[in-house]
Amino acid sequence: MFRRASEAGARVSLSVDGTPIAASAGDSVAAALLAAGITVCRTTPVSGAPRAPYCMMGICFECLVTIDGVGSRQACLTRVRDGMRVETQQGKREAGR
Amino acid sequence: MSAIRDRYDLAVIGAGPAGLAAATTAAGLGLDTALFDEQPAPGGQIYRAITETPLGERSVLGEDYWHGTTLVEPFRQSGAQYVPGATVWSVTREGEIGVSVAGAARLLRARHVILATGALERPFPIPGWTLPGVMTCGAAQILLKSSGLVAKGKVVLAGSGPLLWLIAAQYLRAGAEIAALLDTTPAANWTAALPHLPCFLASSYLAKGLTLIREVRRRIPVIGRVMSLAAIGRERVEGVAYRAFGDSERRIPADTLLLHQGVVPNINLSSAIGCAHRWDAAQLCFRPEVDDWGMSSLDGIAIAGDGAGISGALAAEQRGHLAGLDAARRLDKLDEEARDRAAAPHAAALARAERGRRFLDLLYRPAEGFRLPAPETLACRCEEVTARQVLDAIALGVQGPNQLKSFLRCGMGPCQGRLCGLTITELIAKARGLSPDVVGYYRLRPPVKPITLAELAALPHGEAAEKAVVRG
Repeated sequence: MFRRASEAGARVSLSVDGTPIAASAGDSVAAALLAAGITVCRTTPVSGAPRAPYCMMGICFECLVTIDGVGSRQACLTRVRDGMRVETQQGKREAGR
Repeated sequence: MSAIRDRYDLAVIGAGPAGLAAATTAAGLGLDTALFDEQPAPGGQIYRAITETPLGERSVLGEDYWHGTTLVEPFRQSGAQYVPGATVWSVTREGEIGVSVAGAARLLRARHVILATGALERPFPIPGWTLPGVMTCGAAQILLKSSGLVAKGKVVLAGSGPLLWLIAAQYLRAGAEIAALLDTTPAANWTAALPHLPCFLASSYLAKGLTLIREVRRRIPVIGRVMSLAAIGRERVEGVAYRAFGDSERRIPADTLLLHQGVVPNINLSSAIGCAHRWDAAQLCFRPEVDDWGMSSLDGIAIAGDGAGISGALAAEQRGHLAGLDAARRLDKLDEEARDRAAAPHAAALARAERGRRFLDLLYRPAEGFRLPAPETLACRCEEVTARQVLDAIALGVQGPNQLKSFLRCGMGPCQGRLCGLTITELIAKARGLSPDVVGYYRLRPPVKPITLAELAALPHGEAAEKAVVRG
């Protein structure tokens, strides 16, 4: 869980698995998820174990989420946008996604 | 942002201190330069969000961070084209660069390429390191710099190295509740490091380091000589189990565990291009072979900054300037004499910045017990491969990391070995009684970052490529 030490820029609203959350304009999607108290962004394709952002710099690929319908995007490298639809990725890979 | 063109004199990859300095110097000497960076704003990881951090209070991050502002303005004035949000997924020996920006891939050419891809944190494979709530210290710092976010609840920091103390101090200034700092630095490291103490005493690191360590020790419990660590929890981290030298195992509750045991060069791109690399026995990592100007073993490919071997942000900045000057010389904007004259102050500043480094490398050399995981611990996070599985495969006769892939898939997940490569090499080296140099590393290939098939398909293609796939 994270809190904001300083109130940043303009508010942006996005949805995560259909639930609206508020973020700050400069946030990455991964930062926005953590700030909103969403700590699990996917489960692994191998064992289904929960995973969360680990490196925040684009190397660990733990923060993969579906963004506006495109699967396995790196949430830490994607900036939030108003109206963005984020879905956490659950369970094994599905063909066609 | 102006449109990306098909050709440049120079392409610089990475907008940290090395990349910013290289592009600024080269463009200033008349090279048509483009700087590609994966992040939306310049600064790299060390000066992350330097132009836009929401943290108004300068003292939280400290003055070393704010030094980053002195790199951005000259870069903006230099005439170099800045391409943020750009993922470079391929560079060839011929200088063809594959890059994706906003979901569209394209190919372009540069006569000279400077890789400034920096460092990443060394893998820290302990039991439970994949649990939500466990992150790297670097990750916590990035969240703080770019979004002003601080972990809520009890925070435990564990590991070794200057960054561990820095994030502890920054977190305390930002009001975090740190339950403990667990220092894993092996006591025996002092013996190896002491001969290099005189150089360290003359460096700028000493006063800064001591101030930082005092600031942290005054406010939180610091437990030294920690020999084992585990993150405890079911769905997320709930506590940390540790054992310090001469003590039994103890447990402390934690909502967040931040790990760090140094940084290593990010070699995925330099390795995929085919630059020669060798094992650095002091820094315990692979690094590309470069000359004093950062030139790799391949014509037209230079590497500047921590990506060519760890020596820190101030050194990276100077190594960037030197690589930029050499690029200008190679592309006939400068003769050798003019290059050398311009390089002199940067070489001197580089020597100053590197002073004391050896002491830090040896003092904070991570213990074997934290580099080679216990049997049931995951070595490869992506494919969930334990150290025991790796050792069993070696017992069956597996020779090296690449053969291991066909047995266990480790290194074949989305991170492309970034979080297991060194662990796997060292596990094999230890088990087979060989040097990591002999064992080698994963054979890395482009694309070094994932791109969609749609992006690849949309790339322009020639007649030959079409003939290769179209029938009739």
